[in-house]
Amino acid sequence: MQLDPNHFTILSAILFCIGIMGIFLNRRSIIIILMSIEILLLSVNINLVAFSSFHGNLTGQIFTMFVLTVAAAEAAIGLAIIVVFFRNRGSIKVEDAEKLKG
Amino acid sequence: MNLFFFLFSTITVLSSIAVISSRNPVHSVFFLILAFVNSAGIFVLAGAEFLAMILLIVYVGAVAVLFLFVVMMLNIGIENIKTQAKKYFFSGFLVAGILLLELIFSFSNLDIIFNNSSSNTLNISNSHALGEILYTDYFLPFQISGCILLVAMLGAIILTLRKREGVLRQDINEQISRTKKDSIEIIKIGKN
Repeated sequence: MQLDPNHFTILSAILFCIGIMGIFLNRRSIIIILMSIEILLLSVNINLVAFSSFHGNLTGQIFTMFVLTVAAAEAAIGLAIIVVFFRNRGSIKVEDAEKLKG
Repeated sequence: MNLFFFLFSTITVLSSIAVISSRNPVHSVFFLILAFVNSAGIFVLAGAEFLAMILLIVYVGAVAVLFLFVVMMLNIGIENIKTQAKKYFFSGFLVAGILLLELIFSFSNLDIIFNNSSSNTLNISNSHALGEILYTDYFLPFQISGCILLVAMLGAIILTLRKREGVLRQDINEQISRTKKDSIEIIKIGKN
């Protein structure tokens, strides 16, 4: 039985839903939410690579590279924000981020 | 090949579940690394060797280690996830379950004819093919992604930089604007 695109798309759908679930489930620490966002981007990358490979068109893989770049930048900025937040508030729980409510 | 795909995808899904349900954030980062390594295997099976290596280098080598560094530096401690999780479990399960059903329903109706052969007719490797179009057709987006990385680096440095009282810092302007007149004083000593 040969691999077909449905396997990859269903795998990426499951990973995407796990990421969404992680954002809902971990309302306590921001760092787990950042990891869930990484899982979401990974599932999108799997989809792009699978379609690029099965179409025989390399544009998807180029775009995956850009998604990886943006994910790395997002992780760096997000972790820097978490470090600053921890320095100011002493914890990184989501419930402590209440200052913006006014 | 099929066996390897199911092995890699099962480990990826299980370790992603472990990432979001683990109590200790350090364990979450380790499971995230496991998920990335296994999805690099999936990329290899899909024929994207270069991206698999990039995934290993960028994610496992840089991003996951950055996560690990921050988690260990911040001293967060083990969260008591069980008390809080029930409140959000139902809504999260509802949203994620409906989304999963929709995605699987829409993906199962895919009937696109894929021409798998066109990538194999040229007898060049994946990295070669990617390099040939990345530096020609996608030159401008490549440069812009470099700019994004530069802005991210500057932003991370500026966000986390802080000046503390009582810590000596090097001030380059002050150093290079010193003159002989205001740093050396000649004192005549009498002959007494």
